[in-house]
Amino acid sequence: MEIGPIFRALLRNRTGAILIAVQIAFTLTVVLNAAVMINEQVSKAGRPSGLNEADTFHMQSEAIDTINPQVTINNDLRAIRETPGVANALQMNTIPLSNGGWSTGVRVQQGDDPPVYSAAMYMVDDQAIDTMQLKLIAGENFAASDVVWRKPDESGWPGRVIITKALAKSLFPDDSPETTVGRAILLGESPANIIGIVDQLQAPWTQSSQIESSVMVPQQFQTGSPRYLIRAEPGQRDRLMPEIEAQLAERERGRMIRNLYSMDEVRRRSYNLETGLAMILGFVMVVLLLITGLGILGLASLSVRRRIKQIGIRRALGASTRDVLRYFLIENLLITSSGVVLGAIMAVAFNIALVNAMNFPKIEWYGVPLGMVVLVLLGQLAVWGPARQACGVSPATATRTV
Amino acid sequence: MIFYYLRLAAISLRRNWGQTTLMILAIGLGIGVCMSIVTINYLMAKDPIPDKSSQLYYVQLDNWDPNRPAESPNEPPDQITWMDHQALMSAAKAFRQTGNASATAIIRKPDDDNFRPFLARIRGNHADFFPMFDVPFLYGTGWTSDAHRDWGADQVVVLSRETNDRLFGGEDSVGREITLGNPTEFSSNLFRVIGVLDEWRPVPRFYDLTSNYFSDPAEIFIPFGLILSQGLSRSGNTNCWKPTGDGLRAFLGSECVWIQYWTELRNHQEKADYMAYLDQYVTEQKEGGRFPRPLNNRLSNVNEWLDHENVVQPEAKMLLAVAVMFLVVCLLNTIGLLLSKFLGKSSEIGVRRALGASRGSLMYQYLVETAMIGFGGGLLGLLLTWLGLESMLAIFGSDASNLMRLDLNMVVAAVALAIASAIGAGLYPTWRACRIDPAAQLKSQ
Repeated sequence: MEIGPIFRALLRNRTGAILIAVQIAFTLTVVLNAAVMINEQVSKAGRPSGLNEADTFHMQSEAIDTINPQVTINNDLRAIRETPGVANALQMNTIPLSNGGWSTGVRVQQGDDPPVYSAAMYMVDDQAIDTMQLKLIAGENFAASDVVWRKPDESGWPGRVIITKALAKSLFPDDSPETTVGRAILLGESPANIIGIVDQLQAPWTQSSQIESSVMVPQQFQTGSPRYLIRAEPGQRDRLMPEIEAQLAERERGRMIRNLYSMDEVRRRSYNLETGLAMILGFVMVVLLLITGLGILGLASLSVRRRIKQIGIRRALGASTRDVLRYFLIENLLITSSGVVLGAIMAVAFNIALVNAMNFPKIEWYGVPLGMVVLVLLGQLAVWGPARQACGVSPATATRTV
Repeated sequence: MIFYYLRLAAISLRRNWGQTTLMILAIGLGIGVCMSIVTINYLMAKDPIPDKSSQLYYVQLDNWDPNRPAESPNEPPDQITWMDHQALMSAAKAFRQTGNASATAIIRKPDDDNFRPFLARIRGNHADFFPMFDVPFLYGTGWTSDAHRDWGADQVVVLSRETNDRLFGGEDSVGREITLGNPTEFSSNLFRVIGVLDEWRPVPRFYDLTSNYFSDPAEIFIPFGLILSQGLSRSGNTNCWKPTGDGLRAFLGSECVWIQYWTELRNHQEKADYMAYLDQYVTEQKEGGRFPRPLNNRLSNVNEWLDHENVVQPEAKMLLAVAVMFLVVCLLNTIGLLLSKFLGKSSEIGVRRALGASRGSLMYQYLVETAMIGFGGGLLGLLLTWLGLESMLAIFGSDASNLMRLDLNMVVAAVALAIASAIGAGLYPTWRACRIDPAAQLKSQ
């Protein structure tokens, strides 16, 4: 085999090789950790919220100028629901994914000092499940007669609630969520019964560790700045958004319509940090691979230029162009291999440091070998050009200078 | 001599323009990526009020649930209650003190029907707020700290500079009137402008770290008491550990925390005295059945408080580490390229040495050449930093705009870092080149 002589030749001319190997090690460290971070951020930004986001938008009417907001809210809702193209609409105290809302500690009624789970509170009416297209997996929806007005300074909660599957699992870890309908729980200090379970409805706080815990209560919030969530028939959303905004503004002059956003936009804003971080890291990753490739190319072409005479001698002594090509490819393989081995150790060490310092994802078991292979291939690709150049050296070169 | 070397360097760099471009690109990209991320970290971690940061103390009192701390392992809540705010303000034991809290209101101009109302960020604070935080005034002044006005007997406001531009086109608006309306309760009241701030946007907004502290500061400042008496809508975080009961009165008498409290304590003695006062106050309150947890009061100065609230996000620190590694790779790359460049000059060096040039002068010459590359890389890096910050601004939106500014310190640092890295990267190749044995080189010609 040729590895022996190639290796010994490398040892005599270490600097370039070490430079490339260290560069590859750093590149692998950054690329592997950036990749797990990107993967985590992208999947976090893409996780479903439980509602039909594609057709849904929301808006807020600020300072409705009336003695009795209940009348305005009911008129608004009726008018919105009757607008052609609107599938259904809802008044909510807050909007999923919007990062602002109400929460309450929820616990089971029996036992002493049961654990308290923080859950988002959604004040909705009997149209909520249809408007958001939630999946009711057990129990029943609110009846229209359940829905009551909630005064601004009221602090208790009503007695019939619908909760999410995830919250049911936390509260009753021993039972399947479907069987928890009818159980008694405490919302803060207010007793309540679970009447239904929905498959998923995320809490509004996208950074929360308990994002899947939500409670719906049959209440309409009496406020001067109601929020409406509106689901359009498929394909109608973009047409309806300005139309309904104009319609509300028209129906009552002097009010201010704010926060007119599609749910896609709400999601985009809420996960801005995650997608931004993923984009920055992706850019860094690509540029880094490019620079490393160029560096290998530069140093390989140097080593070809310095060895023109040796290559000529080898050719004159009978080596084929394939032998020359193989020499440079194997040399590069030796360098990159030592680089990726060092890099794998550094990447894992950096990863462990990050995992300990913050809530950072671990590198998957297949990540390290995959990254190693990618960098070795990158090295071979980068060295290909200079190696081809070396093949072009004619055996006669050997005779030109002594 | 230096001009001669500069000219030589220019000739040599032009001769191998491909290689030169690659080197400048490598350094520039390294500096660009590194500096964009360092800038953000720097602005996040920068002392927002360097002259006074060690004299301003944030107050925390532990009025939380006896069974669980407000934040593990044993942290007191990050704001205080209305009751404690009243007690601390009226005792006035610190040199200066202010509670503050945020709210929102709809702003209208009573004498101008064409003015489009807008929703503004309001901060309720006490008179000391302005001198404590060195807030600059363009027109007028803040309100005085006599008890009567400070608690909001007069309906006065201080406008930020932008708000004054928006409302009054930037003219001296002291004495003019605006209305502040509650967005949810259909009320609105007349307020008289008594002061307009000059440009003031501390980054991070250290005086309130409970919500997005890289966004803009408040647009309008009002005496603290007016938030409640005028029924404005509070907008900051409110945290409660036990039920409050219905209505405003019950809320004010509750253990809910929603007020940030700052004191100015000029020396260690004042700090020790104030801490003793806090402990004494809480001990007294314990007798009345409040403060069920063990004594756990805190005074943190500005930098300690920024640190406590994790103002520099862990993600930002991770990005910083990545950026530094990126720079390392770029520098290794440059070393490699310089090495190949100078070793390619072996014969030239051999001739120069044989003709009597000393190693020192060759070294000098090639360092001038690498410094030129570094300067080029620095300029490119600066451009890329600016581009990087602009594109991050596009990605993250205007909320982060205070973090995406190129600071003069950073500009100087970028160019200096680029030149230093290029020279650092150039030292080894230069040294290698100058060690070439002239005799051997000349023989092989």
